[in-house]
Amino acid sequence: MTNARYDVVIVGAGHNGLICAAYLAKAGRKVLVLERNEQVGGAAVTHEFSDGFRVSSCAQWLYQFNPNIRAELKLDQYGYELAAENLSTIALSADSNHLTLSSAELNGASVTESDKKAYQLFIKQMLKFSGILAKASERRIPKLLEANWGDRFALFKLGLEMKLLGKEDMQDLLRIALINIYDVLQENFDNDLLKAALSLDATLGTHMGPRSPNTVFSFLHRRLGEVFGFNGVSVVKGGMSTLSQALANAATANGVEIRTAMPVSRINSTADEVTGVTLANGEVVEASTVVSNADPKTTFKSLLGFQKLETGIIRRVSNIRMQGNVAKLHLALDSLPQFDGLDENQSGQRLIIVSTMDAMERAFNSAKYGEYSAQPVMDISIPTLHDKTLAPEGKHVLSALVQYAPYKLAQDWGSVKEDYAQLLVERIDEFAPGIEEQILSWELLTPVDLEREFHLTGGHWHHGEISLDQIMMTRPFPGATQYAMPLTGLYLCGAGAHPGGGVMGLAGKNSAQEILRSNRSKTNLAGKKENVA
Amino acid sequence: MRSHDETMMLQTPFHSRVAKACELNQWDEWKGYTTPAAYTEVEQEYFAVRNSTGVFDLSPMTKYRITGADAELYLNKVMTRDVRKLNPDRVGYTIWCNDAGQVMDDGTLFNFGENNYRLCSYTRVMDWLQWSAMGFDVEIIDETADFGALAVQGPTSCAVLKAMGFKGIEKLKPFGISHFPFEDAEVMISRTGFTGDLGYELWVEPPKAITLWDRLFDAGSNLGIRAIGGNALEMVRIEAGFLQAGVDFVPAEETVRIGRSRSPFELGLGWLVDFDKGVFNGRQALLKEKREGSRYAFVFLDVEGNKPAEHSFILKGNKEIGTVTSAAWCPTAKSNIAFAQIESKYANSGENLTAEIYYQTELKWTRLLAKCHVIDSPVFSSPKRRQTPAPDF
Repeated sequence: MTNARYDVVIVGAGHNGLICAAYLAKAGRKVLVLERNEQVGGAAVTHEFSDGFRVSSCAQWLYQFNPNIRAELKLDQYGYELAAENLSTIALSADSNHLTLSSAELNGASVTESDKKAYQLFIKQMLKFSGILAKASERRIPKLLEANWGDRFALFKLGLEMKLLGKEDMQDLLRIALINIYDVLQENFDNDLLKAALSLDATLGTHMGPRSPNTVFSFLHRRLGEVFGFNGVSVVKGGMSTLSQALANAATANGVEIRTAMPVSRINSTADEVTGVTLANGEVVEASTVVSNADPKTTFKSLLGFQKLETGIIRRVSNIRMQGNVAKLHLALDSLPQFDGLDENQSGQRLIIVSTMDAMERAFNSAKYGEYSAQPVMDISIPTLHDKTLAPEGKHVLSALVQYAPYKLAQDWGSVKEDYAQLLVERIDEFAPGIEEQILSWELLTPVDLEREFHLTGGHWHHGEISLDQIMMTRPFPGATQYAMPLTGLYLCGAGAHPGGGVMGLAGKNSAQEILRSNRSKTNLAGKKENVA
Repeated sequence: MRSHDETMMLQTPFHSRVAKACELNQWDEWKGYTTPAAYTEVEQEYFAVRNSTGVFDLSPMTKYRITGADAELYLNKVMTRDVRKLNPDRVGYTIWCNDAGQVMDDGTLFNFGENNYRLCSYTRVMDWLQWSAMGFDVEIIDETADFGALAVQGPTSCAVLKAMGFKGIEKLKPFGISHFPFEDAEVMISRTGFTGDLGYELWVEPPKAITLWDRLFDAGSNLGIRAIGGNALEMVRIEAGFLQAGVDFVPAEETVRIGRSRSPFELGLGWLVDFDKGVFNGRQALLKEKREGSRYAFVFLDVEGNKPAEHSFILKGNKEIGTVTSAAWCPTAKSNIAFAQIESKYANSGENLTAEIYYQTELKWTRLLAKCHVIDSPVFSSPKRRQTPAPDF
């Protein structure tokens, strides 16, 4: 029996893997995508967590999906549909004097006129900064050493764009880029709830508190969505699986072959180049290009194996910071929870429980020392208010991202899961009295569960911290930029590659472009170009 | 051995004897150990190595024991040469590189058989060895302080060891390892050294070190034995063409500035790089260098006159093309030798160059432009180095 042979094999059908596959197939490559789970989508999926109740399993909002990808892959034709878009964020207050944040204005929480004005200026300036990041996100990031003219030009452009911000904004960017969101927000605002709400966007999904360095950068990263045309978060109809299925449909329509429930046990290589993959069932697939949608640690440690890698790479891979702090709580509810001071329309917005920046910092302190925080921070969605298909008639689903719940807990997560879920429910109950009695069933996915279900090392949904030492030319690590990895023919296309995590899709698209640029994917294993005659 | 918080400088297991013999009281530091620069007179020590036997205390040499089921596989990834070709009871000269293909250090690798190795190095490299060990079943122990070692080098060295009672030592081949009972313990002898002549290295556990020293000097009393310090060793190793880490190259992971490290090809050590063995540290970078060419080349220079070209610039015409890393007047070869790193295109046998030498006599600095040319090999290599059975003189 001869082995199956493809131009490109992609390990993992996360959204980036599917996007990468679709672009490669559009360009005429013969592409196979291998997914370990039963369904495509990676961490952008929907699952039934209780009889008749479905929920987006990991990512719950869409807020920075790149619009060019949506258009170029014609996703609207393949099933892309939103149930709600441009939702506001409502920061819940214990006294029901909640704060509503939209990208244009603030309401409630006795916010002063001066804070409102400062907010508009702040958002405007952040949008300018995120704009530079967005441009960088959509193009090839230059190498720092051994740069060719193209790389030097790209670096020059990055510098020029900063310069073009104007003197004041450029000075501000250089001043705040390396400090923390806490200080920046203290400088700009008075209202504690407002500051806490904004600092959530800087810390969600990271191992950082508001006072950690790099939080300004992660804030700008989060705000990329606004550059891409989002005015707040959106809810995908049918949950995140719908997006992933649309991507899979687009890929398949372009000729991509997708095999699910097909774990890859290793990426095969000689000393210098990849040759394909071996599946868990023993089957060997040959390809001159292998693209990993897995996180960098999984890719290098488990799929390639450290024995096959040079020590410097091992050291860099091992040092990638990726410790997740987010747990996911899913509640199946008998009826709509009644949040104090919120009507039904408001309950469908993005509800966050943040209290103050100091409280958040203390919550992070717990995580640093291997404890979950007794004052959890939450990002809550009730998707059933926009999409009735997710629950039986009249019933509801509440889905919450919860931090800080450290991956490295001093105890075993299994032994404290119920206590923690109880603590979370009690916390929500403070704002939605009686919710405890409405619960029909619940599910809590700790970072350890997220790691197991979605193969995210450390339960880190960005495949590595989004911080200045792990972005752009140093993502996933210095020397492995431009998607090509140290072994010829190996590429990364997931959140571990530039421009990083979030359901954005650019890592997959950029990676495809890089692969097409290299030409290798056109060559067969003997290294001869096809159709040379 | 006393620990570092009790003393600034560590002492070797031979220290009481070394200190007694060190009449000049002239000491250097070697990786935390106090070590004699010279005992009596450098020239006498030099000539002991070349004409009879010199004894050098090399106990401070960093030693790692590497064991475990994957030891061979592991070392084959760390080293640039094919470790699988190093047979049991043999010692191999070896280098290792970082991912950029830059030499981190050179050393000797002892194969004790059954996945049991000792690596001797100049640098302390545990951190790198441990990082490299991820994914391998190996154990690495720093055994620097667990063994004392003496280099016994020179034309009468075999005769001295025979006189000590190490029967059959003359049959030990170059780079071979043999074990001998010694005082209800054991001494390991390897036919290795840093002098380019017949010579051995004796390895012993610290409690037996003083006895070994005493018996060695007793046995050698009529064979011209003499303790030698670092200064004399420096002369013989330059004469024999051996590189010294930290002098002729900066260990790659210790360099701070870009471009200051060197690859094996740039140090004339390309023969230690084996691309046929699969993945090893530096492979990708070295393949690239092989394709695209090296920046520098290491050369031996024969310099006219007798002023050592220490730290000299090397010129081609008026253009500066390199610098000298080691230089010495070599008494046995009667030549003025320099090791230089020059731009690779000038590294042709016989290439005529100029060494810009500065020297001082009675506070007067003199600049000397000495003619020199590239030579193919070191100026000293004794046939006794390879002879087996080893001659008595």
